[in-house]
Amino acid sequence: MTRAQFEERFFGVARWVVIAFLVLITCVPFYYMLLLSVKPIDSLLLDPGSLWVSAKQFTFATYTEVLRSTDDGGQGFLQLLRNSALVSLGTVALTLLAAVPGAYAISRLKFFGSRQISALFLAVYLFPSTLLAVPLFVMFAKMGLSSSLIGLAIVYVAQTVPVAIYMLKNYLVTIPYSIEEAAALDGCSRLQTVRKVILPLALPSLMATGLYVLMIAWNEFLFALLFLAADPGKWTVSLGLAQLANGIEVSKTVLMAGSVVLTIPVVILFFAAERLLTEGLTAGADKS
Amino acid sequence: MTTPTTSADQRPGAPDTPPAPARGARRERRPLTASRREGRAGLAFVSPTFVVVLVVVVLPILWTVLLAFQHAKLVDIQGMGLFGHWSLANFEQVFDSAGFWSSLGTTLLYTIGATFGSVALGLIAALALRQPFRGRGLLRAAMLLPYVAPVVAVAFVWETALSPQYGIVNDWGRRFLGWDDPIAFLSTREYEIHLLGLHVDIPLALLTVIAFECWRYFPFAFLFILARLQAVPDGLEEAAKVDGATPTQRFRHILLPQLMPVIALLCVLRFIMTFNKFDDVYLLTGGGAGTDVAAVRVYDFLTSRYDVGAAAAQALVLAVALMVLLGLYFKFFGNKMQEES
Repeated sequence: MTRAQFEERFFGVARWVVIAFLVLITCVPFYYMLLLSVKPIDSLLLDPGSLWVSAKQFTFATYTEVLRSTDDGGQGFLQLLRNSALVSLGTVALTLLAAVPGAYAISRLKFFGSRQISALFLAVYLFPSTLLAVPLFVMFAKMGLSSSLIGLAIVYVAQTVPVAIYMLKNYLVTIPYSIEEAAALDGCSRLQTVRKVILPLALPSLMATGLYVLMIAWNEFLFALLFLAADPGKWTVSLGLAQLANGIEVSKTVLMAGSVVLTIPVVILFFAAERLLTEGLTAGADKS
Repeated sequence: MTTPTTSADQRPGAPDTPPAPARGARRERRPLTASRREGRAGLAFVSPTFVVVLVVVVLPILWTVLLAFQHAKLVDIQGMGLFGHWSLANFEQVFDSAGFWSSLGTTLLYTIGATFGSVALGLIAALALRQPFRGRGLLRAAMLLPYVAPVVAVAFVWETALSPQYGIVNDWGRRFLGWDDPIAFLSTREYEIHLLGLHVDIPLALLTVIAFECWRYFPFAFLFILARLQAVPDGLEEAAKVDGATPTQRFRHILLPQLMPVIALLCVLRFIMTFNKFDDVYLLTGGGAGTDVAAVRVYDFLTSRYDVGAAAAQALVLAVALMVLLGLYFKFFGNKMQEES
């Protein structure tokens, strides 16, 4: 057997081994999470190694406990879901408002300082969120905005604007100039051109960016912990779940039900728009 | 901006009356060259974004710098002006405090391990999923789950699965791998392993946290490397195959040079992100058992002691360390990267 034949065969097998391994590490943890969430706690403690749940033991009690409001003795996650949704949607709106004009300008127009400004937008990436956390924490304390969902959305904009500009810019450069020129010849002002021609064309990219921002805001934990910890009524789901874990009397199966509740909206969104999202995120990567 | 001025520019200011035909009239009303007009429009469009970035990012960072040089506790920050007494006390406190240097070392180990691990795993995954097969689309989507799922949820799954009391990993380890005692993955600072008569201590909790980070972020590398792989022209590889190149040779001499720029970029990006990572470590171990990365220390300064000044100083030291590392990287590899791309 020649070396080439040996290698072809070896990698032919190795490929399937790798694929099986990848399925294992990516799907099993999520299956495990779902599984534990529908198990009674004592069956978990009795047999921690089992990978299924019998029909007799199957229970939704964990979910009712997590979702029921705190007045009824539950954990009140419905309220937290509402908070998370408000913060995330607010963040998407604010981020797109802030990022769209900037992305348009640096992808299309040559102006004094354009290179420096697009470099600045990328450099923002370099600053750790912990570095931002300190002054924002102080600012919030000073303005009495700690425990405000709108304040939190504004803070999230700092996290999402660089990504949004990057994704939008990569898409906008692919729209041919001639379309814009045609609009200008028809008497559109620059602003009209953006609103009536560019934005409709960039709709897929706007959606992808918006979804990605939504995910970042939904999943965020540090700032929610810093700003909202004192006010349980304002907690996001991430924060609520982390605080739930600190409670001693909460069983692990309830915790897993909470994790499922936190994960499902993101996963649904992601699978609905997977192609759009991955293309939006990696646009331009093949030219790097 | 040395575009030659058009005749419109030399004309005296046109009257402000709105003329009927829009096209011809615009030049008269606004005697600007096209490039100057574009420059103005550019500035006008970029300014809202610029203001937002200035207010939510740049100004807070500048304020951190100021705070780092002041004695600032959260209680007296209400009445404090922007410029108080300047001192280096915070930095002394940060550098003198027990465990600062070891925490910096831990951060570095954690960052390097997680960066290389996630990019390498992403590369392997991208190569394995390169050729189409049934269910590839679904698998590709499923592989991104660790990256898109909320960190709090996945951290709890790992914590539960690794738990010594009710975790599946320890149960299976004892049942199928013959472990004598359950292993506390997330709270063991040093784990002694016996290998060929040698006793080696490995930092188990730190390795577990690194493994978590690799697992969580390999999809990111996978996505970018796969996108780049799809753009490699088929002809190149066909030719090499005809010439009798083996798969490893084709990878080494054809694919790798094409992928190098994107791999280098991913390494830099992941390094920056991981260096400042807070939530993963905080949720898994709370910074205990030898996993006290610097970002968790900033949080501790801020919340357990309400010492804003010290927290700011610590965050600043972290940012400067990162910039020095990046500076060194670009000094040595920056030119090479440019050549290759």
